[in-house]
Amino acid sequence: MKVTPNSTEPILRIRGLCKSFGAQPVLQGIDLDVRPSQVVVVIGPSGSGKSTLLRCCNGLEQAEAGRVDICSQTLVDQGRMLPEAQLNALREDVGMVFQSFNLFAHLSVLDNITLGPRKLRGQSRAQAEMQARALLDKVGLAHKADAMPASLSGGQKQRVAIARALAMQPRVMLFDEPTSALDPELVGEVLQVMKLLASEGMTMMVVTHEMDFAKEVADVVVVMDAGMVVESGPPETIFSQPTQERTRSFLQAILSRS
Amino acid sequence: MDLDFSPVWSGWPQLLQGALVTVEVTSVSLLLGCVLGLLIGMGRLHPERRWVYGFCTAYLAVIRGTPLLVQLFILFFGLPQFGIMLPAFLCGVLGLGIYSGAYVSEIVRGAIQSIDRGQMEAARSIGLSSRQAMLNVILPQAVVRMIPPLGNEFIALIKNSALVSLLTIHDLMHEGQKIISVSYRSLEVYLAIALMYFVLTGLTTLALRHVEQRLRAGGMVQ
Repeated sequence: MKVTPNSTEPILRIRGLCKSFGAQPVLQGIDLDVRPSQVVVVIGPSGSGKSTLLRCCNGLEQAEAGRVDICSQTLVDQGRMLPEAQLNALREDVGMVFQSFNLFAHLSVLDNITLGPRKLRGQSRAQAEMQARALLDKVGLAHKADAMPASLSGGQKQRVAIARALAMQPRVMLFDEPTSALDPELVGEVLQVMKLLASEGMTMMVVTHEMDFAKEVADVVVVMDAGMVVESGPPETIFSQPTQERTRSFLQAILSRS
Repeated sequence: MDLDFSPVWSGWPQLLQGALVTVEVTSVSLLLGCVLGLLIGMGRLHPERRWVYGFCTAYLAVIRGTPLLVQLFILFFGLPQFGIMLPAFLCGVLGLGIYSGAYVSEIVRGAIQSIDRGQMEAARSIGLSSRQAMLNVILPQAVVRMIPPLGNEFIALIKNSALVSLLTIHDLMHEGQKIISVSYRSLEVYLAIALMYFVLTGLTTLALRHVEQRLRAGGMVQ
């Protein structure tokens, strides 16, 4: 367990966030703080709004009510989004990793990672590639620099996707079920990289069904259901003494599966 | 029945000259059609931009819904009533390009929309603007998917180009008809012309297959 000072200002602050798809409410008043170097893991049954919550934190979804402050900027306030140019700049500070990897299919592993730094940071190809190779080394894929995404396994793709996000030197990383599309034997290699990031002090918000990861790495576990936070707290409390019946039944369902 | 191909042999240089004009007309209108198609197709990606979307949709409806021959005649015989006298070659290229652009636009739109939504989201999530994402991530992948249907469109364009002979452009069709008018050997000359069009479309097919294979070898196509 890391010791995280709680006095610091949150890097991500969500207040009263509401979002619906058509008539279907997906988020119904979410409050959540993520402080620097904290790892916040969001769990809950599918359809509970976890992914939507995460996507509201970098503007891929627009919340209708409530407010998101991230990296000292107000991303959305009562349905008003940050203007396009500032939103793009903000996204450079907020890395995102997707369930379905979303590597750029037409670019090599190296080009996937260097595209952002070259187009947005004005880095030369040589500069960007040096950084990219260092990141690939970190995620254990130095030998795959010239491979095309189609030739990689799911676990390798996701590790490249993490490297691609890291190349922008984000202040926060959002993980949207990063291991849910992986074969079971490939989950470990991705979680290992995420643990490494956490140990280096990266601020992370992770939506996942990996309860062992939550127990081991999370500073705060947030349980969501039906668009609301059921309860949140340190993993020891959530997993061994949950106060809410909803949490108990969800954990039971998840844990009996494995 | 006796076939006499001697007018084809003696008119060979004329036919080759005509084929060259056909290649010129189709290449320029191909280029125009691709540019127009890209613009119109991208204009139809966002229905919420009502004016752009409306204009592009109207373009598609009108151009696709009326005969190419009528469009060519409006350009060549109709516009002079307003004092707009365009050279025949320009009319032919404009007419074919505008017509082809309508079909290319649907190819462009279909290919762009077939790219997984996650590609755009990933591009935006690292901070690229929608324009940068379109140029660097979406279009390069979409272009690969456009090649097979574009091949069909190019071939249709080559064949449709025979209509410009009616605008006094000296293309392959026009040269053939000139030979017929002095030799009265319709079947032989039309067979020869058909063969030459077939060679042109065949070369186009081979060229596109080559391009696709190279992209595939480069890993751009799965």
